[in-house]
Amino acid sequence: MTYEILLAGFGGQGILFAGKLLAYCALFEGKEISWLPSYGPEMRGGKCNCSVCISDEPIGSPQVLEPDLLVVLNGPSFDAFMPSVKPGGKAFVDSSMVDAKTDRTDIETFYVPATQLADDNNLAKGANIVLLGKLLHETGIFSFETVRKALEKNTPAKRAHTIDNNMRALQLGADYKG
Amino acid sequence: MEKVLMKGNEALAEAAIRAGCKCFFGYPITPQTELSEYLSKQMPKRGGVFLQAESEVAAINMVLGAGATGTRVMTSSSSPGVSLKSEGISYIAGSDVPCLIVNVERGGPGLGSIQPSQQDYWQATKGLGHGDFRLIILAPNSVQEVVNLVVRAFDLGEKYRVPVMLLSDGLLGQMMEPVEFPEISAKGADNSGWAAVGTKMQREHHIVNSLYIEANDLEEQVRKRYERYAVIEENESDGESYLCDDADIVITAFGATSRIAKSAVNKARAEGIKAGLFRPITLWPFPKKQLLDATKQAKAVLSVEMNMGQMIDDVKLALDCKIPVSFYGRTGGVIPSPNEVLAEIRKLNGGIK
Amino acid sequence: MAVKFQRPHALCDVRLHYCAGCTHGIIHRLVAEVIDEMGIEGDTVGVCPVGCSVFAYNYFGCDMIEAPHGRAPAVATGVKRARPDLNVFTYQGDGDLAAIGTAETVHAATRGENIVVIFVNNGTYGMTGGQMAPTTLPGQVTTTSPYGRDPRKAGYPIHVCEMLSTLDGTALAVRTAVDTVPHIRETKKMIRKAFENQQKGNGFSIVEVLSTCPSNWGLTPKESIKRLQEECIPYYPLGVYKDVNMEEANADKLAMGGAAK
Repeated sequence: MTYEILLAGFGGQGILFAGKLLAYCALFEGKEISWLPSYGPEMRGGKCNCSVCISDEPIGSPQVLEPDLLVVLNGPSFDAFMPSVKPGGKAFVDSSMVDAKTDRTDIETFYVPATQLADDNNLAKGANIVLLGKLLHETGIFSFETVRKALEKNTPAKRAHTIDNNMRALQLGADYKG
Repeated sequence: MEKVLMKGNEALAEAAIRAGCKCFFGYPITPQTELSEYLSKQMPKRGGVFLQAESEVAAINMVLGAGATGTRVMTSSSSPGVSLKSEGISYIAGSDVPCLIVNVERGGPGLGSIQPSQQDYWQATKGLGHGDFRLIILAPNSVQEVVNLVVRAFDLGEKYRVPVMLLSDGLLGQMMEPVEFPEISAKGADNSGWAAVGTKMQREHHIVNSLYIEANDLEEQVRKRYERYAVIEENESDGESYLCDDADIVITAFGATSRIAKSAVNKARAEGIKAGLFRPITLWPFPKKQLLDATKQAKAVLSVEMNMGQMIDDVKLALDCKIPVSFYGRTGGVIPSPNEVLAEIRKLNGGIK
Repeated sequence: MAVKFQRPHALCDVRLHYCAGCTHGIIHRLVAEVIDEMGIEGDTVGVCPVGCSVFAYNYFGCDMIEAPHGRAPAVATGVKRARPDLNVFTYQGDGDLAAIGTAETVHAATRGENIVVIFVNNGTYGMTGGQMAPTTLPGQVTTTSPYGRDPRKAGYPIHVCEMLSTLDGTALAVRTAVDTVPHIRETKKMIRKAFENQQKGNGFSIVEVLSTCPSNWGLTPKESIKRLQEECIPYYPLGVYKDVNMEEANADKLAMGGAAK
């Protein structure tokens, strides 16, 4: 099993965090992993993407150029990365942020109004996790229990209350029927 | 010990502490920042010194001072900062003081870019300052190897009384991978014969110095140092071969680029092309013998680098021009893709047929 | 027979390379006497500069380190941070300390780095043959200011003690001279105070010693002392520019009922 996953959006949308959760899930299951952020001089609002490779074999290039799974949270990322998805791959698009639809028929695309869903449910800034919920639901790579462990590992004690919120966001994404 | 996920920069810092590094002197620069931030948090809690210097120049001289007492000491920077350190590195080498210098490379020249690069190969292996001297240069290609080589770097530095450089890059520094920290017994070498730690009125004073006013004296010192370098070349050269035994085409690549090259080799093998990869782990000493072994069957060698072609010089020298060596690279902070490398392999394979 | 005068133990029994009439010899001796009297030779590390006193590592009996030009305070910082148990001093000239090493000097001072700096100011680059230094006086002829230092083109001399006394990390900034016996005695007293500051953990102590350079000034040793008195000391007034001990003492006096009034 090898998954090359690319998550992309603006800085501040939790792109790197979502990638980190996937990486930790893989760690708990004893997989080989690489997590590679793009980095720019802007701390917030700039272009941000994150490559996550998960495999049973040692990982070569950590940069994901042809993702099996793509998660996009904004228009520029949609334009930039939709053409790069591997044929047979899956794309998860925040349709509250992206108006466009792809004309690719060789991939499966899931449009989830993740930002809207998160806002409607008092889960501001939870769009990344909503999309992650959809990704996990459609691929079954990791169970929600594993994600909870990853959340526990990556949430500082003083923000422990966000774990349940994030689990709710995950479920929202999983339950969404587009 | 259980595996943890860590960024290359942070794992490097943690490994340094576990390897018994007691002092860190540095100056902020992207993309090595996580390393100093980690140490600024951890060193005071774990009996070490973290000091942010006023400049790279000052930082490397603090390293000289602490190293002269025989203390395990390090500094880290990125390309433009290493240029500033080169004065001090020359003095440290000329004073036979062991230390660890980390370069998390970025694009150059000048202010360049903050993205990953391997543009400092020449600087590291041939031009780290004025004078006849060498540094041991170690080039890891995974976060785990970063950890392993940090430990080796301190040991080698003290064993041979030479400064050691760990050449990382923005990609390795920013990347997270699972990592395990080995049990480390940081005994360190016996420094009592040279370190400046006070005579205790028990011995002649020690002088840590690179100045020899008589040319003959300096020549003798440099020659002695080169005798040590010869031993290092003999004993410490290190490289890794991947699928080279039957390879028609051998790629040479170091550090992060070797990961990309490995992906390209796997793709080429899937197409039936006999490709292999040779990865120098020590850039100085350059693993000549290992490269010769790895290219016994090779009809072509391709040097893949994140620069305009620097290591290729050493590859050609090692092969004595007996096998044609070509080059593929991206520069300025652009990372080459496995498919780009694969295209080069296909071209070479066509040439062989 | 009682020994009345002898070489300090902390000064090695070797021939110094300094020119005839150079006052480095006196200043070396003062540092060595202080080290002897405090009994700290075995636990002291000195850092030499680049310049005339570059070979000081051969002259002091304690362990010594040779620093790159201007970097002695950074090297000393490394030693002191790695081994706070050691007494650490630098011995630097004016080109080393006040030109190429300005950043290292200022930042070691502002960090309150717990080291002693012996700063020998003779207003010239002696070792390279008498070029203009940051402390060369206005109008002074040197090999690189052949028409006399013109501050409009070459800038003004730096008053190091005055500058460093503005920094919170400085414990002691004092300017002395070695032109007369009383001044030499005062210099020794201040060097001792600087080393004592280090032992108390007070922070950065600098003793600036106005010195001569007969060879490059083109004067006899005697004429050099006269020039030091008539030209240098008026431009660089002697005195204590900062002393935390005195400030504390004054604060104590005030606290005890305004005795200082």
